[in-house]
Amino acid sequence: MHADPKGVLTGVHFLDGDHACCEGTLAAGARFAAGYPITPSTEVVERFAWRIPTVGGLFIQMEDELAASIAIQGAVWGGAKAFTVTSGPGFSLMMEHIGYAAMTETPCVFVNVQRGGPSTGLPTLPAQADMMQARWGSHGDYGIIALCPNSPQECFDLTIQAFNLAEEFRVPVMLMLDECVGHMTEKVVIPEADGINIVPRRFTHKSPEEFRLFEPQADGVPDMVKAGDGYRFHVTGLTHDERGYPNMTVDTQDRMVRRMQTKLAPLAGSRAFFEAEHLEGADVVVVSYGITSRVAQRAIELARQQGVRAGKFRLISAWPFPAAHIAELAARVKAFVVPELNLGQMVNEVERAAAGKAAVIPVTHAGGTVHNPETILKAIVEAAR
Amino acid sequence: MNETTLEIPYEIPADAHNPVEPFLRMDRMPHIWCPGCGIGTTVNCFTRALLDSKADLDKVAVVSGIGCTGRVAGYARLDSFHTTHGRAIPFATGLKLSNPELQVVVYSGDGDLFAIGGNHFIHAARRNMDLKVICVNNLTYAMTGGQTAPTTPSKVISATNPYGVFEPSFNLVALAEAAGASYVARWTTYHVKQLARSMEEIFKKKGFCFIEVLSPCPTLYQRRNKMGDGLDTMKFYKEVSKVRHGARTSECELTKSGEIVVGKFVDRERPDYFELLRAQMTESLGDRYAEPEVSCSEC
Repeated sequence: MHADPKGVLTGVHFLDGDHACCEGTLAAGARFAAGYPITPSTEVVERFAWRIPTVGGLFIQMEDELAASIAIQGAVWGGAKAFTVTSGPGFSLMMEHIGYAAMTETPCVFVNVQRGGPSTGLPTLPAQADMMQARWGSHGDYGIIALCPNSPQECFDLTIQAFNLAEEFRVPVMLMLDECVGHMTEKVVIPEADGINIVPRRFTHKSPEEFRLFEPQADGVPDMVKAGDGYRFHVTGLTHDERGYPNMTVDTQDRMVRRMQTKLAPLAGSRAFFEAEHLEGADVVVVSYGITSRVAQRAIELARQQGVRAGKFRLISAWPFPAAHIAELAARVKAFVVPELNLGQMVNEVERAAAGKAAVIPVTHAGGTVHNPETILKAIVEAAR
Repeated sequence: MNETTLEIPYEIPADAHNPVEPFLRMDRMPHIWCPGCGIGTTVNCFTRALLDSKADLDKVAVVSGIGCTGRVAGYARLDSFHTTHGRAIPFATGLKLSNPELQVVVYSGDGDLFAIGGNHFIHAARRNMDLKVICVNNLTYAMTGGQTAPTTPSKVISATNPYGVFEPSFNLVALAEAAGASYVARWTTYHVKQLARSMEEIFKKKGFCFIEVLSPCPTLYQRRNKMGDGLDTMKFYKEVSKVRHGARTSECELTKSGEIVVGKFVDRERPDYFELLRAQMTESLGDRYAEPEVSCSEC
């Protein structure tokens, strides 16, 4: 279906990533947001609070991130498309409810505008050091989706994508900005509403008597209902059976927890989101994401000017990790160079997928600014030797 | 049970053992609560209140946190949510805001609502969010084995205060009133008729409503403190409770064996969250303000 025109600010704009992300939520059909102020992410909900009263929806500033991250899930079960926004320290507090959303298969979006950590760290400066936390931060086994925009335009586009994927797979989706992308101002083109594809909630057509809330459909994802429609359903964070009732047996645990991961398998393979360039005949492939991919772009151009056969593989969906694509590349390149604004996170995934078939060279950075392209260039040139 | 209140759609099956069966998920019985526990009594009062209020049960949702009382959501045959520890109120806030026609009842314990969830409680009361909060207060963390709660009175022996509690405890009704609740009452599980009536009252009252229900935990509180079993606790409640409607909540503190003041303490009119929102937005935006349409069946 198409976007509801009420939320779509069609036109050519000059926006920063945070504001573009907000426009993405409105275009995607989000009419509920809950948040708690934290730099450098607050602009997303500030704009939402400014825009939403004339669109027809609600923003509530909650008492903390724990509250914000569960209020959105109450709203989802009430029938809303909903999201919250935060940065590192708040993201840590939200881990509890990322787990709850995964366990209860509640479609919702968590925006994390990453800053330097650990703890209070660098409130106003960039990092990409929450990538593993996004995947593994809550306890137990579960799956999530994480998208990494590298421009304000992508902040708009991928926010819509995040909502669509959340609905299709019934998972929490992490939108992993970084301070640079969040505060970078560029041209953002917002299309007409009928040019924006929206995935509607997978509401069941079954009657309350036939319907079971956690019974997977052919794609492994269960259909959904909302409160107030007479289904008298039950949702719990306990291990539950297809009816949604607590059922703490070994069999139920295995069936449920495995399905919550396997339902996302297409996104690791045929439906992975990435941008590739110069991979044909490449000796070295630079794997990067977010703001670092823009620095890497310059390094790749410089390397190619020097005659090094360098290619680009930009992760747009970091999770599920596109391991099959990296494995296929590993068989035909010398090395991967992996720059990121952390001390080595996604590089471990690249190494795991490459399985020793190609060298994997991290280019680490503790955060606070972006890499110098020369640093990445040096790594590329050395890797090509 | 008064026969005249049993109107359609509350048909009681011919083979029902108990008139409250239509309100419960009978396929989940037996429940997990111990003999002598008071939570089941409060659920019974809750179903009677639903019956008497003639609420549309499709539009009533129960939200619980974690703990023994947190299991109420799983037994109520309503849209029901068993959330995370302490977070029933913020979940309920989102549910109510997205779907205002729902009557949202938060049903949870004292540890859940006032220790880990204390911050959420005071803020929901401050906002006068239209939530009906029922706190079953057994003065302990029962599910985890009888540890000290913020409500445990001084001198009580608990699993984490084996030599006696010395921290001061919260007076929940005073806290609720100070934070802004529109309605505040306290009963014990001995006061079943009064409790059911209070529950019925809050279904009809807008804004943040709070009922504290003192309830025995014979397994982990009474036994450890040599206070007898569930029946002994009923006798204790009968003996020490004093009904004082309108009492000053600051004078309603609970002690280990002293008087328990019960009754309705607060029943006041304050604009609720939605009224405040609408008034402010209309004042600032005039005709440009669009009524929230948060919930959607097609999108």
